[in-house]
Amino acid sequence: MRKSMGGVALAAVAMLGLAACGSSEGQSSGGSGADLSGQTLEVSAVWSGDEQAAFEEVLAVFEEQTGAEVKYTSAGDDLPTVLQTKVDGQTPPNVAFLPQPGLIAQFAGQGSLKPLSDEVRALVDENFVDLWQDIGSHDGTAYGVYFKAANKSTFWYNTELFDEAGVTPPETMADLRDTAQVLADNGITPLSVGGADGWVLTDWFENIYLRTAGAEMYDRLSRHEIPWTDPSVAEALTVMRELFTEEFLSGGVSGTLQTEFPGSVENVFGDDPRAAMVYEGDFVAGVITSSTSTELGVGADFFPFPEIDGSGPGAIVGGDVAVAFTDDPATEELMRFLASPEAAEAWAAQGGFVSANKAVSLDVYPDELSRNMASQLLEAGENVRFDLSDLAPTTFGATKGVGMWKDFQDFVADTEDIQGAMNRLEADAVKAF
Amino acid sequence: MTSSVLGRRREGGARRPAPGRPGSRGRPRNKAFLFLAPCLALLVLYIVYPIVFSFGRSFFDASGDEFVGVDNYVEAFGDDRTLISLRNNLIWVLVAPTLVTAFGLLFAVLTERIRWAVAFRVVLFMPMAISLFASGVIFRLVYDEDPELGVANAATVAVHDMFSSSSEYPGARPRESDGITAADGGFATAPAHGPGDLVELPLVGVRQQSMPEEAQQAVNPGTHPGELRGTVWLDASGAAGEVGVLDRGERGMPHITVEAVRDGQVVATTTTANDGTFLFADLSPGTYSIRLPAENFAEPFRGLSWLGPGLVTPVIISAWIWIMTGFAMTFVAAGLAAIPRDALEAARMDGATEWQVFRRVTVPLLGPVLLVVFVTLVINVLKIFDLVYVIAPGSSQAEANVLALQIWQVSFGAGGDQGVGSALAVLLVLLVIPAIVFNIRRFRREH
Repeated sequence: MRKSMGGVALAAVAMLGLAACGSSEGQSSGGSGADLSGQTLEVSAVWSGDEQAAFEEVLAVFEEQTGAEVKYTSAGDDLPTVLQTKVDGQTPPNVAFLPQPGLIAQFAGQGSLKPLSDEVRALVDENFVDLWQDIGSHDGTAYGVYFKAANKSTFWYNTELFDEAGVTPPETMADLRDTAQVLADNGITPLSVGGADGWVLTDWFENIYLRTAGAEMYDRLSRHEIPWTDPSVAEALTVMRELFTEEFLSGGVSGTLQTEFPGSVENVFGDDPRAAMVYEGDFVAGVITSSTSTELGVGADFFPFPEIDGSGPGAIVGGDVAVAFTDDPATEELMRFLASPEAAEAWAAQGGFVSANKAVSLDVYPDELSRNMASQLLEAGENVRFDLSDLAPTTFGATKGVGMWKDFQDFVADTEDIQGAMNRLEADAVKAF
Repeated sequence: MTSSVLGRRREGGARRPAPGRPGSRGRPRNKAFLFLAPCLALLVLYIVYPIVFSFGRSFFDASGDEFVGVDNYVEAFGDDRTLISLRNNLIWVLVAPTLVTAFGLLFAVLTERIRWAVAFRVVLFMPMAISLFASGVIFRLVYDEDPELGVANAATVAVHDMFSSSSEYPGARPRESDGITAADGGFATAPAHGPGDLVELPLVGVRQQSMPEEAQQAVNPGTHPGELRGTVWLDASGAAGEVGVLDRGERGMPHITVEAVRDGQVVATTTTANDGTFLFADLSPGTYSIRLPAENFAEPFRGLSWLGPGLVTPVIISAWIWIMTGFAMTFVAAGLAAIPRDALEAARMDGATEWQVFRRVTVPLLGPVLLVVFVTLVINVLKIFDLVYVIAPGSSQAEANVLALQIWQVSFGAGGDQGVGSALAVLLVLLVIPAIVFNIRRFRREH
């Protein structure tokens, strides 16, 4: 009897020990390049739904080439939190795709990230322009491969509704306001905005600010070298206010703040459209394909975010950057694969994806529309800037319910109070920087 | 929280072997200890150690290296979000457990008297079987602002429309340039028209496809001595058509109420014909303002912003009530079954009404059970997290914030500061302790 009791206690302790050892498998067997059979890699990103399905296709290519098994976990919008918790628990995934470059600084600062191997860095040098390399680095060390890029300066419109009102895609902000007015006169609500997602609003602001204040001011604001109470911010908010009116917004102001991004796209391209235009990034195309029966290039088309007062074209870009938390050969092989055109082409061919990889052939894009977006991104001039809120510390730029996301939602709720909005932004920025 | 506790185990000497090594055949006391040891080890490992660790952690900065005294507590209380969380927690504690206990009592007493009582109770208990997260997703949809998605607003709109029907031309309005101004929600011209005049009232803001079928090509009725005539038409036929001019292809707007107003008094009312024309035949000479009253253009009622900043907390509480009522009912029903029947019978024999029996006999006898249920719910409410996180949209999450959510956001959110988070966690423990102590003392007295 005594003996068996001791056995139970021992078993309990043993089980605890096992549980504590956690999940990261030993990836010991070496082998460069091809044969990684029997090894398991864990990968984490924000993609879910169709994006997840598309990305798993990409991973399938890698699995086929190497024999390794790759487990993908979607962490959704809470990726920073999930990753930080896993890093604290010393069970990080092998590779994660960070949606904000601020996270590179966060994790690299903690010493959790592994720098790119020489081989991968050479590939990145060869295939990507400087902007992407700079943003993928922290303190001069390269950590990231910008696998998925996003062109965040595209206005999407319902071609049927444009025809009904007899309007054509506007080129300047003044044109856009006129277009919106004509649409409204014809009983068609011009705009749908997914204001329940704070990032939609910050993207709006960034596009306007880049055009009204210029790239240099944009850089300074993104580093918080000028305060958010600067007159240039007020100017951009004033431009924004002219479009964010009860009359122009689908569902009015309160409806806008309750609409999530996918809903805003469905408002424009659903079976019973309620608005004519929705601004966001190229990924709108993915939502149109997956959630509506509207055909890209036929019922749906896009125009670049309009120029403001002769600002010339500009583009806000974003992206998901692959970083490695381990430096075993299997992980390095995966990173090498992600920097290759092959991986990007595997997703690009499925649509809803733009690559900043110069080596990716434009021919692989499934239609004219995505090809245009990709080439726009590759040929973009000096006026291309990375998403400002993504460059900011995540507490300020990318957390639900606080910082910029919340401040812009409050601004949309009361667009009269520009000074108050700027004061709140500045107060939050001071806390975060 | 659990995962972080697990992850942190490596730091402390937590993984200790179970005490009570096999030795000499001991006295009963030792033996009891031996049996209790595994449980005790787990208790220390998973409950005592994390509490002590969090308490200690709350005195260190974000990195966990530097001792900062009570700075974290000062920072926590200096943060508006903490104060809002505390306020919301207070609302929760005051409202939610009381309502759930009351509903539980109500359903327990009522279901005792009906046939199929078990089936009814099973249905009421079912929400308990769904995770809070899933329930949250369901209620997020129930309260969606779009009446075509959210059941709550669909019902609100249906009820509202029973009493006031929506107008034929919601959103229709004149162009700013046409000299017609807004008045009391409708639109009016300047008081400059009299008999013999022609009044043109071009409107915009209506889609061609939502015009009534009988609408015909708008017509200029011409002038006629002694009659005030005019046309109301839709002045937007795509890109064609000149602004403010009655073009071919533009249709009149039938059924619009038109009022002739003089000195603020409505002197005559008429409605437009299918070609948009109207006329006032017997106006006395003078000048009138022609008004299109608001009822023509009222926007359809869209329901309430349930998940907006104002209503979000009551809405989330309602979801929690839906989930927890079955729980309260089950406990109260068990208590009810234990009440001596003769007490109820005696009261009835003495001529008490059913309400008096309920009020004066049942409830007092159930008192102890109700109290335990209530206190348990209070503890449960203080740690509410998932419902708030799932139901509140990003734009009103700050207004719906509660302490447990704030702890999580501060500790593990971007730029996480687990020092301040731990301080908040200690605060939450302090708030829960009175309820726990109460429950334990009660438990002891009963046994």
